[in-house]
Amino acid sequence: MNPTRKRRLIIVVMVLIAAAVAGGLTVFALQQNMNYLFTPSQVQEGQARSYKTFRLGGMVKEGSIQRSSDSLKVTFTVVDADGAMPVEYTGILPDLFRDNQSVITTGHMEDGHFVATEVLAKHDETYMPKELKDAMAKAHKGRKVAETGDQPPAATKP
Amino acid sequence: MSSWIPLWLHKLGSPPTFYRFAGKLRPWMLALAIVLGLVALYGGLVLAPPDYQQGDDYRIIFVHVPSAWMGLFIYGVMAVSAFIALVWRIKLAEVVAMESAPIGAAFTLITLVTGSLWGVRMWGTWWTWDARLTSELVLLFLYLGVIGLYHAFEDRRQGARAAAFLALIGIINVPIVHFSVNWWNTLHQGSTVRLFGPSTMTDSMIWPLLTMMVATKCYYVFSLCSRVRADLLALEGGKDWVRQIAAGESAR
Amino acid sequence: MNQFLAMGGYAVYVWPAYAVFLVVLLADALAPVLRRRRVLRELRGRLARQAARQQRHADTPTDA
Repeated sequence: MNPTRKRRLIIVVMVLIAAAVAGGLTVFALQQNMNYLFTPSQVQEGQARSYKTFRLGGMVKEGSIQRSSDSLKVTFTVVDADGAMPVEYTGILPDLFRDNQSVITTGHMEDGHFVATEVLAKHDETYMPKELKDAMAKAHKGRKVAETGDQPPAATKP
Repeated sequence: MSSWIPLWLHKLGSPPTFYRFAGKLRPWMLALAIVLGLVALYGGLVLAPPDYQQGDDYRIIFVHVPSAWMGLFIYGVMAVSAFIALVWRIKLAEVVAMESAPIGAAFTLITLVTGSLWGVRMWGTWWTWDARLTSELVLLFLYLGVIGLYHAFEDRRQGARAAAFLALIGIINVPIVHFSVNWWNTLHQGSTVRLFGPSTMTDSMIWPLLTMMVATKCYYVFSLCSRVRADLLALEGGKDWVRQIAAGESAR
Repeated sequence: MNQFLAMGGYAVYVWPAYAVFLVVLLADALAPVLRRRRVLRELRGRLARQAARQQRHADTPTDA
């Protein structure tokens, strides 16, 4: 093989290796991502049955957070539209962890509940100052009242 | 074929003409980048209010998002120049493509590091293999691959050709990075700044962000001018116009 | 001022992020400056050696 063709061969091989590494990493991410998370209803349907460890994603049910007084252990419920899953976790929680926050937890099933080794909070893409958020929440509540026709609690006494 | 190219564009393809043009453009672009950057920094760090859910941690956005945008934008410029270089063999296109790579890599590195610093408290982790983060890492590897391939050859023009091929193959990653948050379940949230439709950020936060996006673009042009000029001097060392510059500078 | 530097408790994340941004771009801005100086220095060296060689050639006349 003459030197020019040999060099071109090396070029092609190097390019292919680089493309393969890039492609391989992407596929790897997709593999993880195909099952990046299961929702509580999916887990209840049994979709996660073949996985020892998997990710559970959903919203923290309002009022379900219970922290133990003497350790870092905490229990809460993750919900989606059709399902719920109790979760147990020992460790430090992210700053954004609270009621109605989206969470992604990694762990395994044990006796019908999910034991998490990692709890990540997911936040949305909206950014605004607190005053605006409060004003929006107030307006939203007012609108809801108007829509349902319920009288606000400060009702007239009979 | 070249009849549809205007004369001024044709002339700009000549190294000494471009060298002079870039030399004039450079200081203006740097000045714009610095002024707009300072305005954006003041707007983002001082004027903008804290976020209702992320507090002051969200302020990383003012360097993270513009850098992410530049990482993708520069890759596009690099891929287009690479295409022109491969098809028309225009030396200047090769230089623009090869010299864009380190700048793109720099912005991508900034994106990854600032993203980790942001995520460690807000998400609860430095890193996760979701589609957005992984494809951004792939972007960095592609940039490094282009740089590495370019320098792996004795013959610079051959190196440029091989690296240009890699740059072209990798262009598929750019839409993957951008749409990853829509196509897959990701930890990373969706896009805040939208081209079509309202952006999900209050005005006081969005104007510093957009200002920094313009500032980083000006910086890219400035840096590209510097790098292309240095590269042209290296490539065209034997030519008269370069000798004149070398002689002129030693006279100082 | 202290409140500003504290960044609501997130100072150790926000300020390093901005530092990385500035330092990396500074390094990127400096690299071509150094390269240009090196290229011109080498070129001048080459030209000087070339001129010296030509001078020696001129001093020692070649017979026709």
